Amino acid sequence: MDQSSAQEFIQHLINGISLGSIYALIALGYTMVYGILQLINFAHSEVYMVGAFAAYYTGKGLGLDQHPGFGALFALLLAAVVVCSILGVTIERLAYRPLRKAPKLNILITAIGVSLLLQYSGQIIFGADPKLFPEVIKDVTVFQLGGVEVRSLDITILVVGTLVMIGLHFLVHATKIGTAMRAVSSNTMVARLMGINVDQVISFTFVIGSSLAGIASVLVGLKYPKIDPLMGMLFGIKAFVAAVLGGIGSLPGAMLGGVILGLSEEMVVGYLSSTYRDALAFGILIVILLFRPSGLLGSQTREKV
Amino acid sequence: MTAKPTAARENILKVSDLAVSYGGIQALKSVSFEVKTGEIVSLIGANGAGKTTTLRAVSSLVPYTGTVEFKSKSGEVLNLATVPQHRIVKFGLAHSPEGRGVFPNLTVLENLQMGAFSRTDKEEIAQDLELCFASFPRLKERVKQKAGTLSGGEQQMLAIARALMAKPSLLLLDEPSLGLAPLIVAQIFEIIKKINSEGMTVLLVEQNARMALKISDRAYVVETGKISFSGRGKDLLGDPRIIDSYLGGH
Repeated sequence: MDQSSAQEFIQHLINGISLGSIYALIALGYTMVYGILQLINFAHSEVYMVGAFAAYYTGKGLGLDQHPGFGALFALLLAAVVVCSILGVTIERLAYRPLRKAPKLNILITAIGVSLLLQYSGQIIFGADPKLFPEVIKDVTVFQLGGVEVRSLDITILVVGTLVMIGLHFLVHATKIGTAMRAVSSNTMVARLMGINVDQVISFTFVIGSSLAGIASVLVGLKYPKIDPLMGMLFGIKAFVAAVLGGIGSLPGAMLGGVILGLSEEMVVGYLSSTYRDALAFGILIVILLFRPSGLLGSQTREKV
Repeated sequence: MTAKPTAARENILKVSDLAVSYGGIQALKSVSFEVKTGEIVSLIGANGAGKTTTLRAVSSLVPYTGTVEFKSKSGEVLNLATVPQHRIVKFGLAHSPEGRGVFPNLTVLENLQMGAFSRTDKEEIAQDLELCFASFPRLKERVKQKAGTLSGGEQQMLAIARALMAKPSLLLLDEPSLGLAPLIVAQIFEIIKKINSEGMTVLLVEQNARMALKISDRAYVVETGKISFSGRGKDLLGDPRIIDSYLGGH
């Protein structure tokens, strides 16, 4: 490999990891809800879309694109997180909780219904035409490393993504509510016997999952600044593929799956053709479902008798 | 059976006319029994007789008709149907479920911490954890291990220890002998006797009638969703109706 092609490869690597960490953030929301309710929350991609619009209107309302910087970024993140949390919990309360004892298929179909409802409501409320996301972080080359340009947006995405995932790991493994989440996901009935308020844990899971989608929506808005009410469809389904790839229900799996998907997409675009970009995700899904349905890190452990 | 303090002999649990239906099938028709403070009481009977359903109803895991009265740690008599399910543990009723139900992906320590979920007294929880490790040294050795990697007997010990971490006044134990080798079963029953001798009231559900009756003050025989008869543990061991049906004759 000569020098310029090595540089090119590293460039793709950086782009891929940055895209992958965004997939990972959304995939975490799918996987957490699945872990607790065994539900593929198809409305999750629309929560992400609404997050992008919440950030858009906040940015526009406060004129934040005139004052770019970390303060502005923080304001957008906060707006997206708050709106997404409220939306996620509301969906759970109104659409999923009444179906807690219903067959799993009913709640799955309901999730698809909520997803469509939000997509079309979005088109009515926000308008179907794409909007330009406020540029609160100027994308400049921060430094060059052996001819490779490291840009401010990629650094921002990587830093925010990494911090959020470390925070999540801490939350899930080192706090009482996090341990309760894992207990509910492991055996809901026994979790009830411990005195865990399962409905509360489920709401909390939706808050966390939706917040991650909100954070991801801002990062996507920065990197791909055109947002529209249908933006969740493809991006969401790819994040879902990432969750399945890593092993649905597994948090490290969602992170790994996201990064692998982001990297592979970037490599396909870089070395083959961008035409195959979307085909790749679904190709991965088919292969995984055929050969390793439990995903890379999915649990295959059985309880001992 | 050794004599126990006779001071407090009031009901800690009183179940009256308990009935449970699962989708049109009546699993419990009419179950009434009581447990007095300090006792070990067993519900024995065949597979599918309704023993586990009874415990699940007492813990409000399944909807039921009839009444379940429980004397809380503070001495107040509660109608458990009116208490939110997740608060029952806080009032002093812990339930170690059938099949042990340890959280396999959580460590031994985390399982025990979940047992104390309803408590907020951090320092006392830490003390109780030490007491627990003193009683179950095997669990201390495996404290950082995932509960799913424990042997069946160790998992059963963990399930009992976890229930005790709630600091209950009444312990419900569902089939603690299930799937365990006879030697381990004997150990588990020794543990139950010891816990009881230290003051814990125990409601035990068992298919292993012989083991259960040996350690029980009183026992109720459950047959097809009803209590068919009851008596003192010792007496039932020699009762021909029990010997024929549950102890496999002579």
